[in-house]
Amino acid sequence: MKLARFFLIGVFFGIVLTKAEAVSWYRIYEMFHFQSFHMYGIIGTALFTGIIGIQLIKKKKLKDFNGFPIAIIEKERGFWRYIIGGTLFGLGWALVGSCPGPIFILLGTGTYAVAVVFIGALLGTYIYGLLLDYLPH
Amino acid sequence: MEIIYGTWHWSVSGFLIGMTMLILIYFGKSFGMSSNLRTLCSMAGAGKFSDFFKMDWREQKWSLVIVLGAIVGGFIAFHFLSNGSGVNLNPDTITQLQSLGIDAPNGKLLPDALFSIETLQSPKGFAILLIGGLLIGFGTRYAGGCTSGHAISGLSNLQLPSLVAVIGFFIGGILMAHFLLPIIFKTT
Repeated sequence: MKLARFFLIGVFFGIVLTKAEAVSWYRIYEMFHFQSFHMYGIIGTALFTGIIGIQLIKKKKLKDFNGFPIAIIEKERGFWRYIIGGTLFGLGWALVGSCPGPIFILLGTGTYAVAVVFIGALLGTYIYGLLLDYLPH
Repeated sequence: MEIIYGTWHWSVSGFLIGMTMLILIYFGKSFGMSSNLRTLCSMAGAGKFSDFFKMDWREQKWSLVIVLGAIVGGFIAFHFLSNGSGVNLNPDTITQLQSLGIDAPNGKLLPDALFSIETLQSPKGFAILLIGGLLIGFGTRYAGGCTSGHAISGLSNLQLPSLVAVIGFFIGGILMAHFLLPIIFKTT
């Protein structure tokens, strides 16, 4: 079954983020207060691994699992959407201490209050869909 | 066994998160968690109200399956791979939180001041969680990604837009943590 591998990647990701405590409100709070290196170490190491990996893929023109050349999607150019959207997300991230991945993972740890954050995030996405034509991008 | 049941070291955690992204690239996909929120809206019929949600969500099934796996992963890590030692905070952070009326971790991942069932039942507690969610949902879609899509995937590919987005994450995060959280929690 093709989807099984994605399920396993998800399980792996959920375990790693929980054990790294990247799903913890406390870790996000101390990160934004620059009181611990923990989160910066995680993001820095992930980036270091990612940059080397992607450079290798590009230099060696590696092929993916299906034998196709790997094409990494470039982000659209722009400024306002990234700075405004990013700031709004940052406000939410520091308030409830979770980004979208951890919202799902925390549901698995049995924190039912996170369901409210999840519903809010769905509503927020929906509101963006309604307003996007009126927003600067 | 402390190495598994305790907090994972940042270098191990970071490396494994980077690998998760690379494995997904190898399977021909890109790493991003917030796009699932759009897919879920689309599945719920939001396409009737905005073209943004007119998409074939079946093409995103693989990503929803990752979400399902992540929920199971959270369950496994919490119930079978933890010794309850919890988050080890800087003592200064604990004192600072105390002054805001926010409880120390003591083996927990999340403070009761935000996530306990009692807090959830108070109008203010409920509003904080809902508003936080709204900002996350709206902000990530507006910026076209969250921590996984921009801070990890985008920056790994040296994308300037992702750098701008991450700068935004920190402007918002610092504003909230330093100036707004004290206002929100002092008044209780």
